[in-house]
Amino acid sequence: MSRLNSVGELEKLRAEILEKRDSGRPCITTCLGTGCHAYASQDVYNALAEEISSRGLTGKVDLRGTGCHGFCEQGPIVVIFPGEICYCRVQPEDAADIVALTVLENKVIDRLLYEDPVSGQKYERESEIPFYKNQDRLILGQNRLIDPQNIEDYFALGGYKALAKALAEMTPEDVLEEVKKANLRGRGGGGFPAGVKWETTRQAPEKEKYVIVNADEGDPGAYMDRSLLEGNPHLVLEGLILGAYAIGAAKGFVYVRQEYPLAVKNLTLAVQQAEEHGLLGDDILGSGFDFSVSIKRGAGAFVSGESSALVSAIEGQVGEPRPKHINTAISGLWGKPTNLNNVETWANVPYIIERGAGWFNSTGNEQNKGTKIFSLVGKVNNTGLVEVPMGTPLRKIIDDIGGGIPGDKRFKAVQTGGPSGGCIPEQYLDTPVDFDRLKELGSMMGSGGMIIMDEDNCMVDVAKYFMHFLKDESCGKCTSCREGTKRMYEILDAITRGEGREGDLELLEEIAWVTENASLCALGSTAANPVLSTLRYFRDEYEAHIKEKRCPAKVCKALIRFTIDPEKCDGCGRCKRNCPEGAITGELKSPMTIDSSLCSRCGICREVCHLDAVTAE
Amino acid sequence: MEVKEIERIMEKYDADRTDVLGMLMDIQEKERYLPREALRHLSEKLSVPLTRLYNMATFYEALSLKPLGRHQIHVCMGTACHVRGAARILDKLESSLSIKPGEVTPDLNFGLKTVNCVGACALGPVVQVNGEYHGNMSALKVERMLKRYSEADKEKTE
Amino acid sequence: MVNLTIDGKKYQAEEGQNVLEVALENGIEIPHLCYHENLSPYGGCRLCLVEVTRNGRAFLTTSCTYPCLDGIIVKTDTPEVLRARRLVLELLMPLAPEAPQLQALARQMEIEEPRFKTDEEADDCIRCGLCVRACTELVGAQAITFSGRGYRKTVEPPFGEEALDCIGCGTCVFLCPTGCIQMVDKSAERTIARWQRTLPLKACSSCGRYYIPFAQIEFARQKSREAPAEDWFDLCPDCR
Ligand SMILES: Cc1cc2nc3c(=O)[nH]c(=O)nc-3n(C[C@H](O)[C@H](O)[C@H](O)COP(=O)(O)O)c2cc1C
Ligand code: FES
Ligand code: FES
Repeated sequence: MSRLNSVGELEKLRAEILEKRDSGRPCITTCLGTGCHAYASQDVYNALAEEISSRGLTGKVDLRGTGCHGFCEQGPIVVIFPGEICYCRVQPEDAADIVALTVLENKVIDRLLYEDPVSGQKYERESEIPFYKNQDRLILGQNRLIDPQNIEDYFALGGYKALAKALAEMTPEDVLEEVKKANLRGRGGGGFPAGVKWETTRQAPEKEKYVIVNADEGDPGAYMDRSLLEGNPHLVLEGLILGAYAIGAAKGFVYVRQEYPLAVKNLTLAVQQAEEHGLLGDDILGSGFDFSVSIKRGAGAFVSGESSALVSAIEGQVGEPRPKHINTAISGLWGKPTNLNNVETWANVPYIIERGAGWFNSTGNEQNKGTKIFSLVGKVNNTGLVEVPMGTPLRKIIDDIGGGIPGDKRFKAVQTGGPSGGCIPEQYLDTPVDFDRLKELGSMMGSGGMIIMDEDNCMVDVAKYFMHFLKDESCGKCTSCREGTKRMYEILDAITRGEGREGDLELLEEIAWVTENASLCALGSTAANPVLSTLRYFRDEYEAHIKEKRCPAKVCKALIRFTIDPEKCDGCGRCKRNCPEGAITGELKSPMTIDSSLCSRCGICREVCHLDAVTAE
Repeated sequence: MEVKEIERIMEKYDADRTDVLGMLMDIQEKERYLPREALRHLSEKLSVPLTRLYNMATFYEALSLKPLGRHQIHVCMGTACHVRGAARILDKLESSLSIKPGEVTPDLNFGLKTVNCVGACALGPVVQVNGEYHGNMSALKVERMLKRYSEADKEKTE
Repeated sequence: MVNLTIDGKKYQAEEGQNVLEVALENGIEIPHLCYHENLSPYGGCRLCLVEVTRNGRAFLTTSCTYPCLDGIIVKTDTPEVLRARRLVLELLMPLAPEAPQLQALARQMEIEEPRFKTDEEADDCIRCGLCVRACTELVGAQAITFSGRGYRKTVEPPFGEEALDCIGCGTCVFLCPTGCIQMVDKSAERTIARWQRTLPLKACSSCGRYYIPFAQIEFARQKSREAPAEDWFDLCPDCR
């Protein structure tokens, strides 16, 4: 591919690509994102390719491997265009039918359609499925239409139009002004206005400036940045180039966690393609603007996602936070002004530039514009990536999109904001989800993890879980964070073991206070949130553990006992075979019993029982 | 590890010392651990103090100074997996392999490690083996999975 | 020069100075364990917390890392500051319960019964990092480092083995606030047990006292731009 030397040449290329493409020609898309890949979607893709070529349909039927559609749980997902027929849980054996029936005869294969677990209704088109229908997929929407390794797909959907517009018609100040007017707030955690940050970096006196994509995505339970980078890397790149243009940076970095090899691969390829097309490098699109990008891999440390730690890591130091009284926006990489934004923040930029701040502002509420992607996971029927306008009520996300709680279990709490966030109970489910409201509730937007918990989740256990995470992930530099998280964990652990004492909760609150107020970086200053929010809304559960030595959700091992209901047990012996402690005895075909003194309460027997005969009490 | 190999990795990064973490990861991927000679060599050639390399090697999850298992099993302990019973999966793996997280079986065949979210949360609980994902894990599936990897090995040696 | 207020009084400071420095120069006591005037500020121990008001917003921060900015108001003894320092010390105590400097601080802050039990693996190190910074910034030997993270963070030589780059100068020993790095000279040998290092000493040709490790002489010769005279190290400082 030859370099594009002007905006005109880009548009010419786009026209040629569109010309080649016949929108009426059947196209089978298979999701090759990480979720579907885990369900062997590559095999499905290969089987489809084989089927197409063996039937001599090459050139008549297109096959495209795309990034994550978001509905990972139903994977492998195959969508057939132009009808947009959506098939779920597709196996390689289905390839023949898909080509023979759906592609060639326009027939829908009933067994592969998505069936709503609650209503039992089946849906043909992807966009009709309630999970998708109730979303507003501004940023994620292109994922299902694009082969992330093929820049032409991105061009075909209008890719790099925003960059062309900016370079041809807008000064850097115009671009900056547009982003400021859009009131785009950082999607990586704090919700700080991106335009304001850009301006600080732009106006900093040093000439050499840097821009960074924070793709360290360390929040456990969240994977939207991954899906964007894997599924639509050029969107993020285009946003970054626009930012660099507005700020006046000649060099950018993308810091990706090494746990995301496919993201690294697709992004590396995207950078190469952009360079070949003259969209990165010297004299971009003949505009005189120079900008290049390097990719750095993180090696697994949650704290390295913090901005000053990330700067250290890119410099080749250990990724530990530094005391920063001078903002990285003014003194970041090698002491130079550096603007750092989250993946999703960057991905919003091309839309804002192309369609204008006014358009962007038409979605969302007063202080929170645009959409936000959440990773809706845990105890909910439809799990996956969900994109909704800012300010959408929690209940709508959980019930309408997520399809509610599986089984006849009761909803208990939703955890947002990752380890810095908190748990929100049922009475606040009508709260609109935005940066400010979540904070008022003692939680956080964070990067968008949304973990649903039901009555079987113990909130003390959840707080302990996060504290375990944080004490391991604290960099260990400052006393209040290192020792504070360790001590809070010890107390929580004791409570879940039935060794909680009078005064423990007050001590927890004291340590929480000092961790919050005396720590060096935001990891420490938010580390107490999981404890404080569960104490605020679920104090009675803590007290049951301490005073009555009882775990109401029947999770804490030391406080429960497993028994087998002899009425229900048919003596199949599965539990006996799988018990790691050899604690289960009984003759085959007669009820089994558990020896409590040997039982380690791992719960495997309950999991393998096909009759639900094992109960915890 | 051969010096030539280390040199090749250094070259890939133009021997730029700000990329030393990338080099360490490449060595880790190649050798399944960070051999001391490799760290010493890097330190000398890049003029990066050995103390810093050692600090990095102990700071990051992905780096290890001890050889990892041929099949490195990562049990996701991320939030989404936790609320769907990841602890049970770990229990099962510990008892099946008779090792604790962070350890390797005596024959170096399996290594066990807990990790915080591998980014496939919708499939929780998730176990990752040699980078391959296994979603919606259960105790029963753990048995089958281990067997599959052991048998694949046997086939290879036969 | 910048103007700032500390505890109600106005002070002038040079640009680039930190708040702790200026407070100490003016006789205002702020407890601190990880700060040393000749080393880069670290902000690890959190004992030097003060309340800073800047642009109308008040917050707690460490005075050793906070730069003197024009117009900031610093308070070193608000109830919140004292409460935070007290809790920080309480969290530190179990790491080095016997250390005299910590005990003295505990008495000052009237901490009687520590509320946290001493860790089994407590090794008297409070992770202040003075030794690491001294070895890196002052001496330049870079023989020891932090390793690990979180509560597992420790200071050790590479691979937790003998510190092969340690020259036995003893700067770390001298700076350690808890005395957890011990150095023993036994006739012609110096041992720093914590770094698993034993080095032969050179004797003064006049008084005969073993006074400096050969390794340190070697290091000094390599580092210094103008090599000291051939016989400079023959005499100990007392006899020179
Ligand atoms: C401990 C810690 C971890 C963080 N990890 C991430 C991360 O993985 N990704 C991210 O975008 N921001 C992360 N952040 C937030 C960043 O510091 C920073 O605020 C953000 O990347 C700024 O981008 P934004 O303004 O676009 O949100 C983390 C913050 C802390 C304190
Ligand atoms: S929480 Fe396990 S994959 Fe994300
Ligand atoms: S002296 Fe300031 S944090 Fe230790």
